[in-house]
Amino acid sequence: MPSGGDVLAPTPRTITVECRFFARYAQALGRDALTLELPASATVADAVRELRRALPAAGVLPERPLAAVNREHASLDARLAHGDELAFLPPLAGG
Amino acid sequence: MGYCTHEPIEVGRLMAAVADGERGGTVAFVGSVRGGAEDGPVVAIEYSAYEEMVAEEFGRIIAEARERWPEAVVAAQHRLGQVPLGEPSIAVVAAAPHRREAFAACRHVVEEAKRRLPVWKKEQFQDGGTRWREH
Repeated sequence: MPSGGDVLAPTPRTITVECRFFARYAQALGRDALTLELPASATVADAVRELRRALPAAGVLPERPLAAVNREHASLDARLAHGDELAFLPPLAGG
Repeated sequence: MGYCTHEPIEVGRLMAAVADGERGGTVAFVGSVRGGAEDGPVVAIEYSAYEEMVAEEFGRIIAEARERWPEAVVAAQHRLGQVPLGEPSIAVVAAAPHRREAFAACRHVVEEAKRRLPVWKKEQFQDGGTRWREH
């Protein structure tokens, strides 16, 4: 049973996530970060769709880009939480 | 010693970090910038990274190696920024009581680092041109 005064607070309908772009994506978008507002139940795939809709240059992002949430590789169906850091990673080329 | 460095990699320092009287086998992998691209001679590669994630992912990869080969100790670094032809861009050093574990742990970390680290490279050609290289 939860306790405390905040349990009756309404569930937020939207969340914001901090998007980060790297390498080729950052170059094409002309930016390396963006705050994105999304519905509370949004997934990584929803964020991709929203970016491709909102930013004309976001066509550089493939429909299924590599992504990381809070510095860990994440699948497209991963659910996002308010304040998450969502990074879009061009094909990796380390080493 | 961080997992990312903007200075030349000192392999000797990595080897010293894993050295111990009980670990008789040490394996070092050093990956260096090579020149043979299709579009002409490469003079350098500019490496960029999601540095905070590289630090965490390298830590996870090395922890996995530690779980599979508990006696092995691994140190690793990726160089970022402009790396001239022939200079190391990545080094992984593994030490263990015996060579089998040292080879296995080193290989695991190298292969997973190539597969998972968020690092990108832009080739720089002799004529001043550049190109993102993805593989």
